[in-house]
Order: sequence, then structure tokens, then C-alpha cells
Amino acid sequence: MMLKDQKTLRVVLADSPSSPTRYDSMAALLKNGYAVTCSTGERPVSPADHSDILVLGNLEEGAPLAAEDPSRGVQITMRDIKGCSPEAVLALVESVRAERQAVKQGEWKPWFPVIDYDRCTNCMQCLSFCLFGVYGVDKNQNLEVQNQDSCKTNCPACSRVCPEAAIMFPKYKSGPINGEAVTDADLQREKMKIDISALLGGDVYAMLRTRSERAQTRFSKERDADKALKERQKCLVKLAQSGDIPLEVLMALPSPEEIARRAEEAKGKAAAALEGRL
Amino acid sequence: MNAPRLLYCHCAYAQVVPNEVKEAVLRKLCDSGVSFEAVADLCEASARRDPTLKRLADCGSLKIAACYPRAVKWLFAAAQSPLPADSTEVLNMRVQTADEIVAGLMEITVKPNLPTANDAAAPSTEKSVP
Ligand code: SF4
Ligand code: SF4
Repeated sequence: MMLKDQKTLRVVLADSPSSPTRYDSMAALLKNGYAVTCSTGERPVSPADHSDILVLGNLEEGAPLAAEDPSRGVQITMRDIKGCSPEAVLALVESVRAERQAVKQGEWKPWFPVIDYDRCTNCMQCLSFCLFGVYGVDKNQNLEVQNQDSCKTNCPACSRVCPEAAIMFPKYKSGPINGEAVTDADLQREKMKIDISALLGGDVYAMLRTRSERAQTRFSKERDADKALKERQKCLVKLAQSGDIPLEVLMALPSPEEIARRAEEAKGKAAAALEGRL
Repeated sequence: MNAPRLLYCHCAYAQVVPNEVKEAVLRKLCDSGVSFEAVADLCEASARRDPTLKRLADCGSLKIAACYPRAVKWLFAAAQSPLPADSTEVLNMRVQTADEIVAGLMEITVKPNLPTANDAAAPSTEKSVP
């Protein structure tokens, strides 16, 4: 999925402020991923930009249903929603969106790291830790989240390796990962977590790899599928408990060989970025 | 002073913002008769660099009903639409009541509350802001 810079449709709800269905229509549109400008004339809204606009209102009979702003290349579509149910409003918006070939939002769970650059020191630990290519660097060799949709849903593991508590997942349950202010106690806790992982012999992926390899050797020696599986599960549960990493994320990890390859690649990227900054 | 623009985030998918709070805030906004902007999920809008964010960030004074100000600040920044620190107020639906949020939104005066670099505890090594 290519997330950025897709065509969007701006929906402007300009019905009567006393419309009894206004809340239900707004709620239906928001639940289905639309951004809506609710315009009543009281208080300003943001001006038009290059997005196509769909205006929903109480139109006079014979009112034009389309207009164009050639200076911006913007198509403006108008639709009468007098007496329309929220479902009918949603269906109408959906058909105009499809016609305009604008992106459909609301179908992807937006779980990804957000960097607090007031805290980030560009140490690149997160970049070298992540196996899924979420992180990269910009042209100035500064850390950047580049592939949000490659992030593993509900996995906040990289926030645990950040020594500055600079990585947020706004949908996470607790602070400071959810964006709550960072306290000194949080920083101590974050540092402790890294020390623990170092004591365990490196990052959690390395630990997983070792344990999984051991389990595999045992499996080939003993030909005991059940035992090998149990070993792997025990290890995963332990990791999930200590690192707060969802079990299903660990279960979905690639083969140990692939993990090793990706880890090398990520470390290489981080090393190159750090060198480039010197 | 110009009345601030209002942005409401409907925070989809996760149970981070209590449903009853976000529904009550949306209902009161709809009933109030004021204009406002709403996004289905500010996180998704940020990842997609939805133009809504840039439009609002470029407008000057703004009140946002979403979650923690630190998260909101950097979600806008990640979308290359940095918020003006001196004229943005974020109301936090994760911790405030619907009444507090709505009262804050309706108030014309903006009480800027985005965290600044000085708020961050001094990290151990040099900082850099891209
Ligand atoms: S680990 Fe933290 S401080 Fe280091 S580059 Fe990543 S976000 Fe920045
Ligand atoms: S910005 Fe906060 S309230 Fe809005 S979608 Fe993201 S986590 Fe939810």
C-alpha cells in the first residue's frame, strides 16, 4: 500500500445546523474514514486547497451540481441531502469518492511509531532493531519513519529500545509510549529495560533466534515435534511477557535465517546513517 | 483575536479514547451550531499526509480534541504540517471529560499547550531536529 500523497476528497457538510440527522450523518461518515468539514458560518473553517470538494447541503431545485476552480484544478461537486437518512448520505459520498478516484480511508489500522524529535538523539538504535523496514533516514541522515504500514500492529517493541523514550505509539494503552509526558522515572525504566535485554544477550530478536535455533537442534536430535514446539512457545511467551510484545507478532516472525539476514541489513543501514552524520 | 478553528478526531479502531467521551463531544459540537473540522483518525491522516492537516496547521489559531498534546504535535510534524506552538491548544479526550473538552473548544481564547523542546528532560547526547 502506498500511503502518502494519495488523492483525497474533502466532504463539506453544509446542511441546516438544526438538521435532526446532522450528528448521525457526521458519525456515519467518520466511522467510514471520511474527513468532514461541518460548516455553519459560525467560526471559520480552513480554506480550500488542491483537494476535490463535495458539498452536501439543502440545495434549491435546479441548483448546479458541479463547479470547477481552474486556478487550483479543483472539482467541486454539490449534492442535495434534504430528507436523506445518514445511510443515504454515506452512500452518496461513497459514490462521489469512487467517481473522483479518491482514496478510501479507514481500512487500515494505523499503528506505527511517531518520533518525538524534541527527545530523539539520532542514535539509530530503533533503525537497527526493527526487522520490518519501518525506519529509514532522510537526505540529512536523520532518522525518519518511512513505511508506517510495515509496522506490526500492536507491537511497541522499538519504543522499548529507545534510550530517550522518544518513540510513541499514540494508540498504546499507557504512558509515555502513548504520548503522555515523559518523566525521569520513565527514563530510568526505559534504561532498565535495555539493560535487562543486554543481560539476556542482546536484543529480543537475537534472543528469539538463539532460542529458536536451540529448539530446532533439539527437534532434529530428538525428533520430538511436541517438545520443540513447546520450547518455542515457552520462549515466545516469556518474550511477550517481558517485552510487552504481542504473541501473535512473535509467532508471525520470519524464519531464524531470515531474521538474521534482516537484522544485518537493518544494522548496516543504521551504521551507514551514523557514518554519514560524522 | 480571530476565533480559533476547531478540529475533532474520531480516533478509530482502538479503545484509547472512551467511546462515550468522543460521541458526547461530537454530538455537542453538532448541536452547538459552530463550524468545525473532523477527521476519522488523526493517526491515519498523519501517515497518509492528508491535506486536512496542512490546511489546519497553516491557518493560525487552532483547538484540537484528540489525545495527548505530545502525540498530536508529532503526528502533525510527521505529516510535514507542523503546528504553530503559540496558537495551538490540544484537548485530551483520553483523560478529560466531554464537558471539559466542549467547554475548552467553545472558549474563544486559545491556551497553547504543545510541549516544547525545553520540556523534554535533557537527553544524554546531542539533539538534532530534522
Ligand atoms: S532509538 Fe530513540 S533516540 Fe535513538 S534514533 Fe530511535 S527514536 Fe531517536
Ligand atoms: S491522534 Fe490520538 S485520538 Fe486521534 S486517532 Fe491518533 S490516538 Fe486516537
